[in-house]
Amino acid sequence: MGELVIRATVNGAPRRWTVAPGDLLLDVLRREGYWGVKNGCETGECGACAVLLDGEPVNSCLVFAAQADGRRIETVEGVAAGDRLDPVQEAFLDHGGVQCGYCTPAMILVTRALLARTPRPTEDEVREALSGVFCRCTGFKKPVEAVLAAAARLADARPAAPPAGRKPARKAAAR
Amino acid sequence: MSGASPPSPPSRRAVVGRRVRKVDGFKLVTGRTAFTDDIALPGLLVGRILASPHAHARIRDIDTRRAKALPGVHAVLTWKDVPRVPHTTAGQAWPEPSPYDTYLLDSKVRFVGDRVAAVAAETRAVAEEALRLIEVDWEVLPPVLDMEHAMDPGTAVIHDEPDATGIRDAARNLAGDIHTHIGDVEAGFRESDLILEREYRTPRQQHAMLEPHIVICWLDADNRLVIRTSTQIPFHVRRQVAMILRIPVSRIRVIKPRIGGGFGGKQEMVLEDLCAALTLASGRPVKLEYSRHEEFFMARTRHPQILRLRMGVKRDGTIVAHHMRVLAATGAYGSHCTTVQGNTGSKVLPLYRAPHLRFDCDVVYLTTPQAGAFRGYGCPQGYFAQESLVDEIAHELGMDPIAFRLKNAIRQGDVDELSAQLGEGKKGLPRTIRSCGLPECLEKGAAAIGWKEQRNGGVRRPGRLLRGVGVATTMQGSGIAGVDFAGAFLKANEDGSFNLQVGATDLGTGSDTVLAQIAAETLGVSLDKILIYSSDTDFTPFDVGAYASSTTIISGGAVKKAAEKVRDDMCCFAAQLLDAPPEDLVCRDNRVFAPGGKSVSMAEVAVHALYKEKTQVMEGASHFNTDSPPPFCATFAEVEVDTETGRVRPVHLVTAVDLGVAINPMQAEGQAEGAVAQGLGYALAEELVLDGRGRPANANFCDYKIFTAKDMPKLTTILVETEEPLGPFGAKSIAEVGINGVAPAVANAAFDATGLRFRRLPIRPDAVLAALGGRR
Repeated sequence: MGELVIRATVNGAPRRWTVAPGDLLLDVLRREGYWGVKNGCETGECGACAVLLDGEPVNSCLVFAAQADGRRIETVEGVAAGDRLDPVQEAFLDHGGVQCGYCTPAMILVTRALLARTPRPTEDEVREALSGVFCRCTGFKKPVEAVLAAAARLADARPAAPPAGRKPARKAAAR
Repeated sequence: MSGASPPSPPSRRAVVGRRVRKVDGFKLVTGRTAFTDDIALPGLLVGRILASPHAHARIRDIDTRRAKALPGVHAVLTWKDVPRVPHTTAGQAWPEPSPYDTYLLDSKVRFVGDRVAAVAAETRAVAEEALRLIEVDWEVLPPVLDMEHAMDPGTAVIHDEPDATGIRDAARNLAGDIHTHIGDVEAGFRESDLILEREYRTPRQQHAMLEPHIVICWLDADNRLVIRTSTQIPFHVRRQVAMILRIPVSRIRVIKPRIGGGFGGKQEMVLEDLCAALTLASGRPVKLEYSRHEEFFMARTRHPQILRLRMGVKRDGTIVAHHMRVLAATGAYGSHCTTVQGNTGSKVLPLYRAPHLRFDCDVVYLTTPQAGAFRGYGCPQGYFAQESLVDEIAHELGMDPIAFRLKNAIRQGDVDELSAQLGEGKKGLPRTIRSCGLPECLEKGAAAIGWKEQRNGGVRRPGRLLRGVGVATTMQGSGIAGVDFAGAFLKANEDGSFNLQVGATDLGTGSDTVLAQIAAETLGVSLDKILIYSSDTDFTPFDVGAYASSTTIISGGAVKKAAEKVRDDMCCFAAQLLDAPPEDLVCRDNRVFAPGGKSVSMAEVAVHALYKEKTQVMEGASHFNTDSPPPFCATFAEVEVDTETGRVRPVHLVTAVDLGVAINPMQAEGQAEGAVAQGLGYALAEELVLDGRGRPANANFCDYKIFTAKDMPKLTTILVETEEPLGPFGAKSIAEVGINGVAPAVANAAFDATGLRFRRLPIRPDAVLAALGGRR
């Protein structure tokens, strides 16, 4: 099997990887040191491996690394600015949205994708967005509160939220 | 002086009782390396297990020559290559009360998924190819899949090996049994005005923690075996692996990094022994992990049970006698078999103060996946049955279910004598109730669910969607009385910070945060001054591990004692700087204060101790309790039953829980809410299904349904705080109790909506439709 050279942008930085055609994006990202991408099932069911591909949540266990060629990848490692946490991360900590933390990177990324598209989501929209990420610890009450609180914080920080173009939230990681 | 200081009034507490962030939160929200697999080791091999395709079979012969010859394969192990040491995988204090009926590898397999062989190779693909090259000559034996017939004469004997010990009656597939009583139930039934007898069935539930079991082993520069593992029990693992591999404890170091959930599934040595054996055989670092598919049936499950309850009451609602008979399946091996089932009796029956109680239980082997510890530890089964039955009795008597429970429930000052009969696999200790907020839990929970307004009354009304509400009351323990113990170690640094080293294992519950809060409060410093580390058998003191809702009360007790000693030491050095007697000094706000208001910072005291007095302030302490104070819980459910689809949809779940004092209320609520999610799965969806040959039929997240963000109903969590004398700052526990009442509250709510009783979990649409059809 021949090897492929792919180029992708990860958290804003250009990356060049040599991969095998069958390599999963999940495995390549972890191999390259993006440890925040978690393996929970490898079959696209639990969402722990979710990353943003061109801004959209995907389960990285269902994506070949080669499919990321030329695309923009965001992992949890790119969310904080150095030591400064993003409001979504702050909200998850302040509202008790983190327990074991294994699904947390995926929840944070899915939240960012949701809030980029729908800055002031309803609770139902939040639940829809989070439903692709399984969590066995929290019962989801606190993660949902964290997302709503993050939305409020981000909206307060923005000069004016654009009301137009509001679409229903799409389900986060593909099931 | 340790332990003697009077409790500080809650209002004065600076750290305990506060909704502070997790102390380990930063690394979790940023994705820093935290978990077992977040490490790159040169030369790391991948381990894989050849799983039995048969539920019951003997291996006549096994040929690994082709597998060993495959390039990239570094070790292939079968029973021929490893020591044969009977043991239990249960993570319990030595001597474990579970039978020694398990082997690292054996020439017999006892369930589909049992270990046949293991391989370590340079890649997963090579390892899996090597598994395919192993040739096994099978003698297939009859499977034993039905717990009601496991003891029938002529049934295949699952544990026919001569060297197992601690099995109650191997020839009858009886792993263990329990028979105990107080009073005389038969006399009690003769005194009763109403006797109800019902049977309940509970499923094989899977923990489904998001991080499957994973271990990485290597030999360090001193040729010691390092085991980096996602475990709740690092010290038990060290002891067990030493015994199984016949190497000294001193040659083993177990590192517990961050754990991605456990729920009891990691209160067990599941992969560590085999991974260590592969490392010793290959001389290379080896990673061994379960895939999600494997996790479902090759790890552990909750024990399925059939419970037959008989309860006698007076016309006024006084419970006179209660006889609980349990048949449980432990699966292929007896890990936790009598202790889980013992809890079904000892933590369930005494909730109601009947004078006559009897508990009879058989735990049988089956050629099915192995059961083990799981949040609630026998209580979810027992409480589903008991709380369903008392609901039915209250209905028969025309009593309000809450009033019935309040009339009979155990209360402060009571002594539960059944606990003395039923200890951890042996006689236990009587349990004295020193704090009990159950009446307040019922009162506040009822108000939150709208009990009076929402009660339908068990009458089926016209219409497609029927609503009802139900209640269940439950308790648990806080550590195992006289068994669980923990150590803690603290030392002072020159900037006024303190290293806190504990063997306690935060499995996602937030115990690192709670223990750090206890240390900070005791020392009078802010939370950021406590640097907690858990756990590493080389560097942290012993702790039995995270189970039995023990960490806050037992490990927290050790932390508090150690912190009190360090505080006293700091006061002695501060006294020199402040020119005041040490016993008059007060620690708060990162400073030490003399009576006149003069103060020095903790940092100044530490610098003085280190550089002037040449003394490292450091103290350790151990702690155990001889009683296990129960947290109490009232769970209320509102459900909607769809009479066309048969679906029972939870609408609102209220958990009102007496946990003693909440060290961190935000985290405590999170424990209760997570327990509800797992409990709803148990009530309505989750069951590992086996086919007629013992093969798992739904070992994946598509076919085994757990509740997601969209499925969860509205949750209300009410913390009812009491002051528990045996707990640090009055704390009891919260991690387990919240799961116990969910299934019965849902079942009772479904009755309230439809007039139908559901006595088998999970309550699935087909059963509901069948029951509704029978009423048409």
